[in-house]
This record gives sequence, C-alpha cells and structure tokens, in this order.
Amino acid sequence: MINSGDTAWVLISSALVLLMTPGLAFFYGGMVRKKNILSVLMQCFIIMCVLSLQWVLFGYSLSFAPNQGFWGGFNWFGLKGVGFEAYPDYAATIPHQAFMIFQAMFAIITPALIIGAFAERMKFSAFLLFTLLWATFVYDPLCHWVWGMGGWLRNLGALDFAGGTVVHINAGIAALVTALILGKRVNLEKNVPMPHNMPFVVLGTGLLWFGWFGFNAGSALAANGLAVNAFVVTNTAAAAAGLSWALVEWLHNGKPTIFGVCSGAVAGLVAITPAAGFVSVIPAIIIGLLVSVFSFIAVTVIKPKLGYDDSLDAFGVHCVGGIWGALATGLFASKLVNPAGADGLFFGNPKQLFIQAVAVLVTVGYTFIVTLAIYKLVDLLIGVRVKEEEELMGLDITQHHERAYTVLE
Amino acid sequence: MKLIIAIIQPSKLEEVKEELYKQEVNLVTVSEVMGHGRQKGITEIYRGAKETGNLLRKIRLEIAVNDNFVESTIKAIVKGAKTGETGDGKIFVLDLQECIRIRTEERGSIAIG
Repeated sequence: MINSGDTAWVLISSALVLLMTPGLAFFYGGMVRKKNILSVLMQCFIIMCVLSLQWVLFGYSLSFAPNQGFWGGFNWFGLKGVGFEAYPDYAATIPHQAFMIFQAMFAIITPALIIGAFAERMKFSAFLLFTLLWATFVYDPLCHWVWGMGGWLRNLGALDFAGGTVVHINAGIAALVTALILGKRVNLEKNVPMPHNMPFVVLGTGLLWFGWFGFNAGSALAANGLAVNAFVVTNTAAAAAGLSWALVEWLHNGKPTIFGVCSGAVAGLVAITPAAGFVSVIPAIIIGLLVSVFSFIAVTVIKPKLGYDDSLDAFGVHCVGGIWGALATGLFASKLVNPAGADGLFFGNPKQLFIQAVAVLVTVGYTFIVTLAIYKLVDLLIGVRVKEEEELMGLDITQHHERAYTVLE
Repeated sequence: MKLIIAIIQPSKLEEVKEELYKQEVNLVTVSEVMGHGRQKGITEIYRGAKETGNLLRKIRLEIAVNDNFVESTIKAIVKGAKTGETGDGKIFVLDLQECIRIRTEERGSIAIG
C-alpha cells in the first residue's frame, strides 16, 4: 500500500540529501586556496551529473537488484521493472522509484566526499574516470552487500542505518588511499595551505547539517516515529560533537575556532549516521562528544606523524567518524528504539559489536584494495596528477580556464 | 615635490585622514596591504596545522605634496597613527620627479594640490 505521507517525506528527504553535495562543495571549497575553489565546486557538480546518470542506467541495478553474488547484476538496467508500485523488500509504503531516487543521492555524495583527499592536485580527466570506476566497482558492490537483497553483510546482521560503512568508512578509506597514491601537494612544508574562505566552510557545514536530516531521518523510509528518532539523535550528536571539538581545541591550542566547530559538527553527523535508527538520545550525546576527540587526534596528531597529505581531512573526519559510529552502534543499539534492529553490547548482546567490527573490517579491506587498483589503472592510462607547474598555477585556470575571483571589476 | 608613503594600522586610518584634512592635505590614495615589521606576524591554527609569522593587514597611504607641505603632512600622519606600541607603522619620503594632472595636462607643483 502506497502511503502518501511516507512518499512525500522520502521525496523531500531525497532533495535534502542532494543539497548536501553543493553543501560539501562549499565546505571543501572554502578550505582550499583561492586558485583551486572552482575545481572543487566543479568536481562536486559534475559528480551530480555523472552519478545521476550512472545510477538510473546501471548503478541502482548493481546495488539493489536482488542477488546473492558479488553485486546485484543488470536485471534492473535502465530502471527496467523499477516502477511506481512499492517494492516491499526495501520499502513497503512508497513507490519503488522513490526509494531508487533517495538512494541515488547517497551514490552521488559518497564519491564527492573523497574529493577532500585529492583536492588541489588531481587531473580533471583522471578524476572523472576514477569516480565512475570507483562508484561502479567499490560503491555499488558494497552497497549491495550491506543494503541489497541477498547482500551477505545484510544477512550477517550488520546494522548500518543510513550509511556509516557504505558511505563514510568507504569514502574515508578511499581518501586515505588517494592521499598515499597522489603524494603531497608541492611545497607543503614551507607553504602551509590555508583555507581561503572560512565563511564558505560555515555555509557548507550549515547545508550539510540541514541535508543530513534527509540522509538519516529519510532512511526510515517512512514518516514515522523511527524517522523522528533519527532526526532527534542526528541533531543531538552534531551539536555535542561541534561543542566538543571547540572545547578540545580550547584546551589544546588556547582558542576555539569556527573551523573546529564545523569540523566537529560534520564528524558528529558522520558518527551518528549508522546509529541514527538504533540508539536513543543519551548515547547520541556520547557518540557526538567522543567522535570529535578521535577525529581531532587523527587530523592534528596522527596525520602529521604519518605524513600523508589528506588535503581536507576526508579520512580523519569520515573514516574515523564512520568507524566510531559503526562500533558505537554495536555498543548502544537497542530494540526499544527499533524492534527491527538489534541490541548492542550495553543492552546485553556483545555479538552485535563483533558483527559491526566484521562489517568495518570488510569495508576497510575491500575498499582499500580495489581503490588502490583503480588508481593504478587510471594512473597507467592517463596519469592521476597534474604537472607541478599546473599545481602551482592552480587547477581553476589550468583545468578549467576559469577564475573564481577577479582582481579588477 | 615629494611623495610620502605611509604604512599604518588599519584602525588608525580615520584619525590620520582627519589630521590630514586639518592640514589641508586632501589628496590621498589608500590601499590595503599585507606585511609586518618588528611586530612579527600572528600565528594562525587550522585543524591543528600552525602557520606562524603570518602577514598582518596594514593600510598604505600615498600622498604627493609640494615641499612646503612635507613637514605638516608627516606631523599629521604621526599624530593620527601613533599609539607608542610596536606596529604603528612607517613613513617614507621620496623625491618626486614630475606630476601631471591628466584633465588639464598641467605639470609640476600646480598639478599636485
């Protein structure tokens, strides 16, 4: 039975999640130097174009067509058979295509998250090819394993409400591989690249926070109590994490920064994502308070020590936050919140934590290896990195023949 | 004719302008510049990445004057910009070879005022 309230909510949520990608564009765009902002905005927007097409043509089929194997296969190629009736295995009260377009927005933002790692030095053509291959051979299979009918992690009982493993750990690990493969930006030590437009970072964070209500509360796939729970814990975790990052900074560096509050809020949103439909509000506060501590350590202590150049901390925020969120789901999940879920360690079911850890390890391992292979392939075919002089001049002018800001009118 | 270039604190621009007007020096070009002297830069921290010795925002004034206005112009700038702290800025006085008013093509001292 199609329910009009549920359908309306899922369509609105789809639009909210789509807006996260332009939000991410400004979040990242503000962090790069002014010679590179258009390249970041361009990468985000072209992903909206390319992945929207990939998804309706074959991405949705690979991810969600029922199949026990590696991925869903091509049975739903071009949305064949994906119509306006409900498909109860995924969502019983909304048209199948509404579920499809909601999922499309997740497929769009996930590769966009990786931009944070290769910002300011990746060749545009290589980025396009990489993104298409990555979406097809990393995102789609993983999405199938966790959420698709017949997916083996789904059958194992791994809980991932809105994409902690599929979206955030996945993109975060791909970001780490990116940073390792591409190497550091030129002159990094002498010339610390600083964010060129902090208000853009704040604007982007605001759009992300707003859109995340669609991401998490929309994942209930119905306008019901579960959606409300996801909405409330999402807001709560983001708030706790934004505050917590500022406090950690205040203690550690002497001053709290708006960049810190934004970084924390995003980390909190990441961490609550897998848990949003399974935990209540007090665990959400704990998840939020702690994620900022973990991510702060990752970006300010571990990154400089290991020396990889994850330009905008896609790994430090999304992977670290995602892993914490996935494990925290195994700690704090409760059937009182969601009878269709499971109890976590603190509710007497230690096995759930183990299942969560398996899902994390599988994601980390699979994504690491396949992302590496795709990079090697793209590098072999067309080269992944721009020439040094192009990097120094900036990607806006060398990749796109455009400039964001003019000096004279 | 002299060209006076002064680098001052941004917050002192209004006071300097007032003092200049009192001395009937009305022609001034102002630009925003970056730099630092003994004051050193300030440290900025982005997600823990420290950038020390960052350049500071300053204001640069350019004023072309006839010789009899040089001292009063310098005094006006000092009066407006001085706090006694490091970072108050500098004044440079240069010989000015020629000055041409574009509208009338007048040259020399008459073109300055």
